[in-house]
Amino acid sequence: MRSPAPGIPARPQGSLSRRGFIAASAAVAGGLVVGFRTAGAEAPPAPAPPPTPNPFDAYLRIGADGRVTVLSAHMEGGQGVGTGVATLVAEELGADWNSIDIEAAAGNPVYYGNMAMGGAFQLTGGSTAMSSSWHRYRQAGALARQLLVAAAAEAWNVPADEVRVAKGVLSHASGRRGTFVDFVERAAALPLPEDLKLKDPADWRYIGNAGLRRPDTAAKTTGAQDYTIDVRLPGLKTAVLARPPKFGATVKAFDAAAVRRLPGVVDVIETPRGVAVVADTYWQALKGRDALGVEWDESRAETRSTGDLFAAYRKQAADGEGIPIHGLGDASAAFAAADHRVEALLEFPYLAHAAMEPLNAVAWLDDGRLELWGGLQMPDHYQAVAAEIAGVAPGNVVLHMMTAGGFFGRRATPDSDVIVEAVSLAKALPGVPVRVQWSREDDMTGGRYRPMYVHSVHAALGADGRVSAWKHHVVGQSILKGTAFEAFLENGIDATVVEGIDDMPYAIPNLAVRLTMTDVGVPVLWWRSVGHTHTAFAVETVMDDLARLAGRDPVEFRLAHLDKSPRHRRVLELAADKAGWGTPLPAGRHRGAAVHRSFGTYVAQVAEVSVADGEWRVERVVCAVDCGIAVNPDIIRAQVEGSVGFALGAIAHGAITLTGGAVDQDNYDSFRILRMNEMPAVEVHIVDSAEPPTGIGEPGVPPLGPAVANALTSATGKRQRVLPLGARV
Amino acid sequence: MQLSVNGKTHELDVAPDTPLLWVLRDHLHMTGTKFGCGKAQCGACTVYVNGAPARSCMLPAAGAASAEITTIEGLRGPAADAVRRAWTTLDVPQCGYCQSGQVMAAAELLERNPAPTDADIDTAMSGNLCRCATYARIRRAIHQAAGELEAGRNA
Repeated sequence: MRSPAPGIPARPQGSLSRRGFIAASAAVAGGLVVGFRTAGAEAPPAPAPPPTPNPFDAYLRIGADGRVTVLSAHMEGGQGVGTGVATLVAEELGADWNSIDIEAAAGNPVYYGNMAMGGAFQLTGGSTAMSSSWHRYRQAGALARQLLVAAAAEAWNVPADEVRVAKGVLSHASGRRGTFVDFVERAAALPLPEDLKLKDPADWRYIGNAGLRRPDTAAKTTGAQDYTIDVRLPGLKTAVLARPPKFGATVKAFDAAAVRRLPGVVDVIETPRGVAVVADTYWQALKGRDALGVEWDESRAETRSTGDLFAAYRKQAADGEGIPIHGLGDASAAFAAADHRVEALLEFPYLAHAAMEPLNAVAWLDDGRLELWGGLQMPDHYQAVAAEIAGVAPGNVVLHMMTAGGFFGRRATPDSDVIVEAVSLAKALPGVPVRVQWSREDDMTGGRYRPMYVHSVHAALGADGRVSAWKHHVVGQSILKGTAFEAFLENGIDATVVEGIDDMPYAIPNLAVRLTMTDVGVPVLWWRSVGHTHTAFAVETVMDDLARLAGRDPVEFRLAHLDKSPRHRRVLELAADKAGWGTPLPAGRHRGAAVHRSFGTYVAQVAEVSVADGEWRVERVVCAVDCGIAVNPDIIRAQVEGSVGFALGAIAHGAITLTGGAVDQDNYDSFRILRMNEMPAVEVHIVDSAEPPTGIGEPGVPPLGPAVANALTSATGKRQRVLPLGARV
Repeated sequence: MQLSVNGKTHELDVAPDTPLLWVLRDHLHMTGTKFGCGKAQCGACTVYVNGAPARSCMLPAAGAASAEITTIEGLRGPAADAVRRAWTTLDVPQCGYCQSGQVMAAAELLERNPAPTDADIDTAMSGNLCRCATYARIRRAIHQAAGELEAGRNA
């Protein structure tokens, strides 16, 4: 194996001897896969594992230095997933938390397939990491512990049930003591135990422990944490691409000769995604790109403006067409019969992910073997795509799962954007490692946005003052249609567009949900909390308007419709209680509430806003969260705090607009995200639960927008239905 | 061109318009300083030039040739130590990509202002973007570090 430069996490691929390491075995990993499948999930059979040099390094290894390395099936990008997975292993293993290291692993779906999504492919997304890992990684830790105990029992000639394990030390009442390292070799040679015993929750010391610190924090305060942009390899070149200025435009001509003469430029290469300038350094590549003078053929490009698109969407929303996707009772008749109605037309803009690390990937094709470094949310997919482009077998594509400098969905692209670019260049330059680095402008104007949508909602109150009718029509692009994942459409319907509407928790007797999927040449993608980013806003602002119309308190009105949704009720009551809902506020302050379930997690938020001279700010957000068992309470709090800031930036400022097909925003000055001075105080209260853990990376986002908008409506008496809200109300 | 970084002088052959950021990253292989925007909008590339925070992504290396540059790798001192301890105690970073810049900005703030108010923190830190929005913890950590420094002075 080529050895990467210092500082690059070494992949164990082919380089590990069994000696000195123990791991949950392939047999157990594979054999138990079936039993773990989520009930009801579509579960295609897991593919046969690729040849694995060492099957004993699937989930953890114990090094000769006593360090326990947990091999996480999930990409770390700030959400704390590595810590979460390691917590499960350390708990069951009986490890000392301070001896834990975390590495993300990939390349074998039998080990690392996402159990919350059927298990057949590896994916970090949909806030599924903890639900996918809950059984798998506790079992891996427990298996390793049982093998170590058995080895110690054998060595000490004592019954296994007399061997104690705590903080990485095995001990016996006779006074014998040893560390994991002392028994690793013997344990690795033992047959696997047939019955696996997990700890009683009463004995947990790490799961649920808010005092557990993240192992990856210190490196992030010294500059030592490496990301894809930091990968160092001998002879590494940097590539910058000139991509179409409008989506769908193609290359007509460019001046390669002039650019090749520039200092540091190695080559100019046309790829299917644009023209690449490959140079010794980023700055040289960037200067080279400036000199390319690419002429584009825009005859097939998307040239509409977002203003035109919104006008078309509004018309489509009004025409009552679309695919009926959900229905209860007769919503049209109930709406027509009602005396008190809300008619809402809502507009949601395109949104950029705008992660701090601009998109990038490193590829190196040498002697029939391709190595790929990146923030890989979908490693198997990228492995297959890379193998096809490079013309090598998938098993000869080695994946290096780098920590991502934020992602929010952006590193899970069905069209494998930056992966295709990097591998295409690696193929054109065999033997040369190449990093494709997007500039901020490339990243911001490069599409793959949260789609723009128009919602038309017609809702009404019955004579009893309860919601009697709800007609909801969503118009906008499908995230899946026309992509490599089109097979995930159900009867031609993209469920990610309407999630959060058809499954709304309120008891409403007449409900009709329709969907119009539009064809626009702007590539779109999942963006932190996906469909819930807009559906929660629509449902929870209209629900608030209905409460006002009914003359009821918005929280009490919601609770009255949540009889069959106890977990919604619980978080809403908790957030309202902690926020002092109903108690007097200082002059100029107003509250708004929202509750929403996404990715199996229930979140309620009460936002407190101040309005002065037409300018508003959010002062405080009180959050209540039910995500099942809280594996890492402090990470849950951190994710919800961050979700509040992420969502607030979007509803206050976030919009990508197009003029004549060209994106108008290209950096953080024109696409504003939240800054320090706009961050509210955030309180997070976690519901005590014995349910299996669900996700937390995304569910804190959806309720924030409607909670803030509802508070602003309390303040002004007006309702703004077009996002972003802007600085003034 | 000569460049003095973290007390060490480097002899470099680079185009004079190359931003300091890329000299640090691509020529000196000091990658703790991050590229975020290239337009002095995000603060991920914050270094000190003669002790004052500067955006290295828009500063031509030639303009820094006579200055003493400090990067996250060379950041030392009581304020920096207190900031790092507070960052670690409170687990401030999420993805961590912006945090080199955040730590640089926070340490400099505490050097200048040992007891910053929330308004002082807003002024000093609002140029440092964090897409994970760790701002609430950054604020807490700065207050905590300030408290620790204060306790140290009184001890």
